[in-house]
Parts: sequence; C-alpha cells; structure tokens
Amino acid sequence: MEKIKSLADLRARKDELQKKLNLRERSDNPEKYVQIKAGMATSGIASGAKQVMDYLIEELDKRGIDAVVTQTGDMGYCYAEPTIEVKRPGEDPIVFGYVNTKKADEIIEKYIKNGELVEGIIPVNYESIDE
Amino acid sequence: MAQQLKMHLLVCGGTGCRASESEAIQTNLERELKVHGLENEAKVVTTGCFGFCEKGPIVKIHPDNTFYVQVKPSDAKEIVEEHVLKGRKVERLLYSDPAKKEHVADSRHMGFYRKQIRIALRNCGFINPENIDEYIARDGYQALGKVLTELSPAQTIEIIKKSGLRGRGGGGFPTGLKWEITSKSVADQKYVVCNADEGDPGAFMDRSILEGDPHAVLEAMAICGHSIGATKGLIYIRAEYPLAIKRLKIAIDQARNYGLLGNNILETGFDFDVELRYGAGAFVCGEETALIHSMEGSRGEPTFKPPFPSVEGYLGKPTNVNNVETFANIPPIINKGAEWFASIGTERSKGTKVFALAGKINNVGLIEVPMGTTLREVIFEIGGGIKDGKKFKAVQTGGPSGGCLTEKHLDTPIEYDTLIAAGSMMGSGGMIVMDEDDCMVSVAKFYLDFTVEESCGKCSPCRIGNKRLYEMLETVTRGEATMETLQKLRLLSNVIKDTSLCGLGQTSPNPVLSTMDNFWDEYLAHVEDKKCPAGVCKSLMRYVVIPENCVGCTACARNCPVNCITGERKQVHYIDQSACIKCGTCLEKCKFNAIEIV
Amino acid sequence: MDMIKLIIDKKPVEVEKGTTILQAADKIGIKIPTLCYLNLGGFNIENKPGGCRVCVVEVEGRRNLAPACATDCTEGMVVNTHSIRVLNARKTVVQLILSDHPFDCLVCAKSGNCELQDLAHKLGIREIPFQGEQSTYRKDTSPSIIRDVDKCIMCRRCEVMCNEVQTVGVLSAINRGFQAVVAPAFEMNLDHSVCTYCGQCVNVCPTGALTEVDHTNQLINDLADPEKVVIVQTAPAVRAALGEEFGMKPGTLVTGKMASALRELGFDYIFDTDFAADLTIMEEGTELLDRLTTYLNGDKTVKLPILTSCCPAWVKFFEHQFPEMKEIPSTARSPQQMFGAIAKTYFAQKINVDRKKLVVVSIMPCVAKKYECSRDEFKVDGNPDVDYSVSTRELASLIKRANIDFMALPDSGFDSPMGESSGAAVIFGTTGGVIEAAVRTAYELHTGKPLPKLDFEELRGLEGMRSATIDFDGLPINIGIAHGLGNARKLLNEIKEGKSHFHAIEIMACPGGCIGGGGQPYIHGDTSILQARQKAIYNEDAGKTLRKSHENPDIIRLYEEFLGKPLSHKSHELLHTHYFDRKKEVFID
Repeated sequence: MEKIKSLADLRARKDELQKKLNLRERSDNPEKYVQIKAGMATSGIASGAKQVMDYLIEELDKRGIDAVVTQTGDMGYCYAEPTIEVKRPGEDPIVFGYVNTKKADEIIEKYIKNGELVEGIIPVNYESIDE
Repeated sequence: MAQQLKMHLLVCGGTGCRASESEAIQTNLERELKVHGLENEAKVVTTGCFGFCEKGPIVKIHPDNTFYVQVKPSDAKEIVEEHVLKGRKVERLLYSDPAKKEHVADSRHMGFYRKQIRIALRNCGFINPENIDEYIARDGYQALGKVLTELSPAQTIEIIKKSGLRGRGGGGFPTGLKWEITSKSVADQKYVVCNADEGDPGAFMDRSILEGDPHAVLEAMAICGHSIGATKGLIYIRAEYPLAIKRLKIAIDQARNYGLLGNNILETGFDFDVELRYGAGAFVCGEETALIHSMEGSRGEPTFKPPFPSVEGYLGKPTNVNNVETFANIPPIINKGAEWFASIGTERSKGTKVFALAGKINNVGLIEVPMGTTLREVIFEIGGGIKDGKKFKAVQTGGPSGGCLTEKHLDTPIEYDTLIAAGSMMGSGGMIVMDEDDCMVSVAKFYLDFTVEESCGKCSPCRIGNKRLYEMLETVTRGEATMETLQKLRLLSNVIKDTSLCGLGQTSPNPVLSTMDNFWDEYLAHVEDKKCPAGVCKSLMRYVVIPENCVGCTACARNCPVNCITGERKQVHYIDQSACIKCGTCLEKCKFNAIEIV
Repeated sequence: MDMIKLIIDKKPVEVEKGTTILQAADKIGIKIPTLCYLNLGGFNIENKPGGCRVCVVEVEGRRNLAPACATDCTEGMVVNTHSIRVLNARKTVVQLILSDHPFDCLVCAKSGNCELQDLAHKLGIREIPFQGEQSTYRKDTSPSIIRDVDKCIMCRRCEVMCNEVQTVGVLSAINRGFQAVVAPAFEMNLDHSVCTYCGQCVNVCPTGALTEVDHTNQLINDLADPEKVVIVQTAPAVRAALGEEFGMKPGTLVTGKMASALRELGFDYIFDTDFAADLTIMEEGTELLDRLTTYLNGDKTVKLPILTSCCPAWVKFFEHQFPEMKEIPSTARSPQQMFGAIAKTYFAQKINVDRKKLVVVSIMPCVAKKYECSRDEFKVDGNPDVDYSVSTRELASLIKRANIDFMALPDSGFDSPMGESSGAAVIFGTTGGVIEAAVRTAYELHTGKPLPKLDFEELRGLEGMRSATIDFDGLPINIGIAHGLGNARKLLNEIKEGKSHFHAIEIMACPGGCIGGGGQPYIHGDTSILQARQKAIYNEDAGKTLRKSHENPDIIRLYEEFLGKPLSHKSHELLHTHYFDRKKEVFID
C-alpha cells in the first residue's frame, strides 16, 4: 500500500474513496438527493428494467448527479414496464412508464436536471410506492 | 470497474450478532449473490454493531435503508432472490413496531433510532471496520492531518477544552484540561493510554466502538500524542475482547502501511505508534493507576493519587489516560469544531453519551443520545418501554458505582451533574432497567456481589467492608435482619465511601445507599413484615395450601422433591415450611388452585 | 528547602515540602495510629501502600478522609486527626479487619507482640459489630517459617521485604477481593518455592500470619530425657539482643546471664558458636589465601572473589538465583554447622557419647538456621550434626517458662573445650564482621607480621553495600560487603558481568547482618535498636583480650588433637560443603 504523504494527499484519497460509500452515505439522508426507484419485479426485469437501472446508476454518476437509485417490487403498472419513480428533493414523486435507456437519458437531462416534465408520466394517487 | 455496485448489504459483525451466526449469514449472502450472478451488482460488507442488539443479527441494505432483524443464515437466499434481485422487501424480516403493530422497513423510522445522534458511534454499523479506506472515505484521519499541519499542540488542546468534552469513562473529568496538564509535564517520554478495560456489568460501549470503528480511536490517540508531546500510545484492552483486539490489530497495521501511524506521519516529522496491552478482565483495572500497574506487569491494584498519571504514570512517565468513547469523540470535534460539539448537549455536559441499555426493556442495545435527553425518552422512546407491559420501577446507571433512580427521576435530563444530584452517576454508560418484578434489595446485593468479587483487596474497607455489606444484605433478603442491621448498613456504607483507597471502594456502597434512599419501604417490608414485595427473595416466600380448594388428590405430595407435603388422600394437605425448598413444584402440579404463595 | 505551614489538631507545624501528614504530626508529638505503614529508617525501606486505612485523617476541604501515611502536606492544610468522623471511621476499619481475623489471640504465637492486638486495645474496641465469613487458607509449614495467612491483614510489609529488599520474590498478593491474601505464587508451599528463609517477612509481620517454626517443646522434652546429653551453642548476635525480651535497654550485652540461664534450663554443656566462628575463619581465611596465592601465581582459572558462606539464607539464595556461580562462595560450612560436626565427632569422642544420644541445639538470631540444620549434607546416617535451632525469641520464651528471673542471674562462662572464642568471632554477628575477622587472620597468616591495628573502621557501618581496600603489606586486597539480598544480587550481577574487582566479599541476607536476623526480638520498626545491637557487638570485641581467631587456644588445640591443619582432609570432610543447583527445584503442588 502506498503511504499517504500529506494532508492534501489524504484529502485527495478521501474524495476518491468517498464515491464508493456514496451509496451508503446518501441512504441515510435520501431526501437531500434525487431518489429513483426502479420497478424490478419479474415483469420489469423481463422488459429490460435491469438495463435501465444499470444505465441510470452509471449515467447519473458520470454526469455528477447525486442520486439514490433503489429498486422496488412490482409497481402495479405491468402494462407500462419498465417503470421508474423519480423524486426530486422536496417535490412529489413522479412515475414514468415505458422507460428504456433513451427515455432514461431524457429523464435525466430534462426532468432530473431541470425539472422539465417529459412524456410518459403515469398518473398516481399515492405518495410513494412503498411505505 | 466493469459495473457499478447498486447495493450494499451490511451485515453486523459485532460480538453479539457474531454469536448468533452473523458470519454464516455473510457467507450465505455472498454465495447467493454469486449463484444469481449478482456479485458485481451488490456486495456484502461486515460492519460493527448497529446497536439494536435486542433483535440481532442485523442485516441492513443500502441504498434503500432496509433494516432486517433476527436474520438467520437460511434467510440469505430469500434476501438475495427477493430483495436484491426483485427489489421486494422480505416482510417477515422487517422490524415490527410493538406499539403500532406494523412493520418498519426503514431504520430511520424506528423509534430506537429516531432520537439518537451518533458521534462516537458514527461509523459503527456503517463502515467495514477492517477497511481503512472506508474510514478515510468518512473523513478518517482528516482531523489528524489538520492537527499535524495546521494546528499547534496548544491550539488543539484549546479546541478540546472549548468543546466541553468530559471523560466518558465515568469520572467526567474535562478532557482538554487533562491533556493540558499532561502536556505541561516535562519528561523525555510521555504516553497516551486508551482505557479499554470496560468492566461494568452489561456494558459494551467501548467494545462496540473498537469493533466497529477502531481507526477512530487510533486517530484520536495520535492527535492526543501530538498535543501532549507523546510518541507512544498503548491500548489497555481486556483479553476477553478477541474481536476488538483482532480489528485493532488490523487497523494498526493498515494505519502503519498508510503512514498514518509510525514514523514521520504524513511526512510532518511527527512519530506516533500504538501498541496493545492485554488485561485479564479485572474490573479494578479500569481505575487508571491500577491499569498502569497492570500494564507494567505488576498486580493490577490502584495506588494513592497524587501523583496523578498526568505527572507520573506508565513507567513513571507522564501518561494521559482516556477512555475509548472519549477518544472516539475527538476526530469529529477537530473536524467540525468545538462550537459544533458544544452546541450539542447541555450547559455543563456537552455532546452525546453512549449507553448500553439492558434489563427489563424492549430494545436492549447500544444507543447514543445527546446529553440532556431525559431518562424517560431513553427508556420509553428509544428503549421501547418495559418488557411485557410491566411497570417501570427503577433504572440503574453508573454500573456498580452508580445508583438506582426511580419514577420521580424519569424526567431528569441525563447529565454528569444531574445524575450525581439524583444519587447516581453517569459512569461509563451502563443502564439497566428494572420493573415491578425486581427486588431492590436483591439488586443492591447483586452489585455488592460484583464489587466483593472485583475489589482488588488492597484496602481494608473495600476488601472486608463490602463483604460485610453483602452479608448484611443477605440477612435482609433472608428475613433475618433487624432495624439495627439497616442502621449498620448505612453507617458502614458511609465509612467505606469515606475511607476506601480508590474510586471502586469510594463508590461501591452507592447501590446500597441509593436503594435505601429510594426504596426504603421495600427494605422495611423485608425487615419488619418479612416480605419481599417483588416476590424475588425465596426465603421470604411461603407455599401454603388453601384448605377450601384442596381436594386431597396427593399430586403435590407425590411430586414434592423433598417430601415435605403430608396429607391423607381426600384430606387437606399440609406443607412443612421448615423442610420446603420453595421450588414451586407443588404450585405447578396442583390442578385445583389450592397452593398459593404468601 | 521549601517549607510548608499547616495546622494539625489546631497546632501549627512547619515542615519541608514532601513531608507526609503522618510525619508532620509526629513532629509535634501527635502519634497517628498506623498498621500497614512501615519505615525502617536508615535502611531505606518503606512500606506505605495506604492499604489498611487506619491512619485516615480529616483534611478540610477534602471530600473523603486521607491516609496520613501517604498524603503529602500542602500549604495551609488544616488536618484533624481525631474528629468524630475520623474516630468512627478508624474504629470501623479496625473492626472490619478484626471481623476477618481469627479470635485466637490467647494461643497465638504473636500474642503480646501483635500490632493489631495493640491497635484494637488502643482504639478501645470492645466488640465487633460485623459478623460474617472469615477467609480461610491452608496453613503452610516449612522448615523455618509457618504461614498462617488466616491472620494476614494485607499490610504487604512482607511483600516489600521479600520483593524489594531481598529481591527473592516469593511473597506477593494473590487473588482478588475478599480472597486477596499474600502468598507464594499459585499458593505453593514455601518449601517448594525459592524462599531463602531469611525471615525478614516474619520480622515485619504485624500479626501472627508469619511466624517461625517453634522447637521449644521439643527442647523441653530433650532436656528432660535422662538418656540424652543436650549441648547448646549460642550465636554472637543473640547476646546482644536477648536482654530486650526482659525489658533491658537495646544494646545490653547479656553473654554471662545467658550462659547462666542456659545452665538453669538444664543443658549439659554450654558452648559458644563463636568458637566455631573462629574455626570458620581458620578454614575460610586459609581458603581465601589459598585461592589468592594461586591466582597471584598466575593461575587465572581460580575463582575470585571468594564469597562468605556463613549465612544459610544467602546460600539458598544463590543456589536458586545464581547456581551457575556456585563454585565461587567459600566451601566452608557456617559456624553453626562446623560446631555441630565437631560436637558430634571430636566432642562426642571426648565425653564418650554416641552421636545419636548427643543432642546439639543452637540458639540463633535466625530462622534460616532451622532450615540449614535440616539439610541432608549435614547429616550422618540421618542424624543431623545440629539437631535443631531455636531463635532468640524462643530462648526468651523458654527462660520465662522456666520461671527464671533473668535480670537477677549472675554472669557465668562457657564450658570447655568449645567455649573459648576471640573478639573476631563475636563480630560475626554484624554486617562486615565476618570479613573483618577473616582479614585479621589472613593478614597475619599471609604477611607473617602482627596487625598494627585490629579495628577496621572502613569495613564497619550499616550502609547496604560497602567496600574497602586493605593493604596486605604491599598487596592491596579489595573487600566488598553486602547485607540484604537485594544488595547481594547487585554484587553478584557485577561479578557475573565481569565488572567486579573484589577479592573477597561478605554477604549477609538480613539488613544489618545477624543483629537484624529473622529470629531476633521484634523491633517494630525501630531501627535504632539494630544500631545499639551492633555497637554492643563491637564493644564486646573491643573488650576481649583474645581478638584473632588463629590465636584461640581451643582452636589451636582442636587442630593439634583432631583436624591437623586448615583445609586438611579431615577439615574437608567435617567443615566444608558443596552447593546445589536449585534453579529447577521449584515446583508447584
């Protein structure tokens, strides 16, 4: 193992290592971040939810957006799988249907970054999908 | 990295959960992830204690913060297949709120965690204690870096003084002041000693910190070393803490490899290294002079102070002794500032305190609350109230040196001084809750039994006096005591406090005095009425036959192990009290409710 | 020097910084009672663990009571040594100690000399309000010392003597809490340990927890047995201390009264160990010269320095601790054993008595002598050369038992042919004496000239380690002296490391030498008594006309009639011995 040679070195090392713990760090205070829940029941997986979720995790990280991506069970919109729920800090959650990677990209760029609504919103009448 | 992890499965690796096979849970989870090809998507992390020991083993899943309780190794398959693979929580493993009778998935919504603020325990149950990188990721060693490069020793001490941090081992001595005194002692060598000789019955605060966040203690010791001018640190840890020892050893190695311990730390020219010293588990070795003698290879018994260790300690050199929890508070204070720390807690007690909740309480475990939190909040909100809906009777704080507080003290804010004023003390953080089924004389006797056993035997009042106190309490519980016994109990207690050599003896009668003060009626019941109101003292119980109910079935007589029940068939039976051993078999065997305890 | 002013019991006192409350109070005549505290002034031996808590006093402004023995005075301190709080606490503490102490004062060996008994009396304790379990332990009897630790009060004085002063390390506190007690490791028997039987633990024990093995009853039986001829030898240090047991001033010599008392007790012959001490000088002095001459003649294989071997505790010490050096000490037996060997051969022949019917008793200031005479190499067909040894204290007890008015006794002399002795033999009783006696003889034998001055002041004193160079007519002889086994250890380590420049070293196990032996009247911490005894011994030497061993006519005759010359074959057989490696001898039951 390489020795840490200065406080600056230590700080740099910390910034690097911190990323690996983001997943845990953010879950303690998820309301501070964009929360995304991906429907990952059997039907969701069959329709490509897993790829969408992987895409989201990777892209959000690349684009420097602090988000908490969790998976959830069946959302009850099997017709519209894959579905994801997005909750911007301090706002109500919104569920998107028929999400593929292209759609996911659009959601990131428009809704997550700027709060612009995009097509594919499924109307819901409860606060969040679980709890 | 090929694929980014999307889930961390945290498995509690504290001693308690380990005892309930948490290692097998971890192995099984890893195996199941592999079976389902998920090893690149989710990883299993061993952490320190989550504190909620009542319901261990704990598995916590990030990022959705799902808190699984009482997990068995066989549950691993379901957790992976349902939760990891399909995102469906395993309902049956979620914590169920006894009051609301509903599952709580997210630990943040559990009553147990809601009122806690974690400073000393900040990393316990969060990071892998065997991985220094995870500690560094959580600001680890930043405080040391800051102290070494940006602060003078005097400035560091000033921060600690300003923070208001007081010793968490029991005494409550201002930590900054202690550092200052040691820093002013002139010597060619000084030592930083971490007191990890946790000995209060039921207490495991220090063990959990060392098991869950060993680097925090190492970092703090190095900070202390720099402040007082010491290059050597010693951790006195009891040999019964093998897991903590193992994790400390790993942590020391890792810190050395990173250049965070050893020579020329962070290339600042500061040398500091830490070694372990093992204790054999004597309670008295928590007393700092006894601890030092034990480390020197002598019999672990205290010597008269002064000289204080800050002036003349290990090998005759100035030695700063702090307890594990005290050290664990140091890095956050340096990182976030004295003002931040001082803003938590109360006027005279700053920060938080870790308690090991035990006894007749629903949520047995480890908690950290801001100073000033009331006993009621701790017991009824965090602790979830008394087991089986029984009535709260007393709470014992401060271990064998502390006292029993009652209903009327429930709204007392937890602070060093208020607890002393109430007749108890903060101690190192043991908190044992008692309910209506506990006999307070027996409770006092239990603690005396402990001190009689754990006294080093050096000074007469502690060696013999406590034994005599114990024996007098025994006569009370046997119904053989008189009012004179109670008088003698109090007199002797006061002499022991007044004349004993060290803190152990000076406080050992506290459980007797505080129970006498707060539960005098119960003592009177034992002495005057020869009755134990809680029904604990066997000698004061009598099993008698209710003649109206007895049908003479002979079941009791046939089953009595000492043949003390006589009576003809179909006649009322009789229990010979002089021979009865109070085993309760007759009561259990009687089908006609004809036996009662009076 | 920084001075501190304080007030004790309303009286002002000014003391040097670093003075304890106990010392400050003493200065103005306030004797605060103590129990565990021990201060052997002049020997640098102090025990103040602050354990018994008897000396607690009230200090204004302090939360709890302070132990006077361990608390330093501070400026402006206000101390009360007899407030009601203090008196109650002190009494309670002693009552607690008594509650865990056997109530067999009437038959305890320490009765009348027990500091706990005295304290209970002083504090007016008439009842013990705390009844309960008493700690009980196995009684352990060794050849010299009996441990009855039911009576141990954990004062730890013996521990200080055994560990710090003697560096033997047998006795230390074991167990915890109520079970805590001072014992050898693993509670092994003393005779399985490295105990040297020096008896310093016995000397300082405030109670009857450590006492010597008592041979008085056996002696009374032997004296009453018409079949047996019972002879006695008395060691030099006994006569300088025995009087204390009868209320005489320390340092009073009672040689003549003692001889009379022994006669009254019914011994058949009253002899003197001093006679054997002269014999020891003949053998040891010759051995020294022998080794020295060989060495000076170029044979560097010869072992130097030569170490004295009169002290049985010292012998056992090096057998356990330095067995690799067992060739260095003189092979000469101790005076006690030389006496026994001569008595059961030369003297037995003279009076025509079978050695089995001849009972040789020694009166010794020592308890290790009891062990020494039980050693197998000092027996012939199982019959010991010295049958048993009784201490100064035991002799006093015997005299009292026999209704002898010691003070009224006339002086009388020793019997012949083993009663004559020189002043050189007398000084065997103090540290430095053996080597001075040896020098007197060796000098004259070596140089063939009479000594210009007999008193070697440079070898005298009570310093733990001393050295001097004596001019043997042009040949400088370096002499070392150590008393107390801790000091002996230091000298031995120097020899081991090749740093020693001494030709001869005298070692005595007990601080002060035999005058401070483990069998002497208890001094209860008053070391001025040892100084008085030492002075008495040098006075006896000075008062003698015969002051050199080789001029003792009985010794000259013994060589002529029986032994031939020093280091002769017969001498070797009767007067010399060999040592054993006891390093591995220690075992645990």
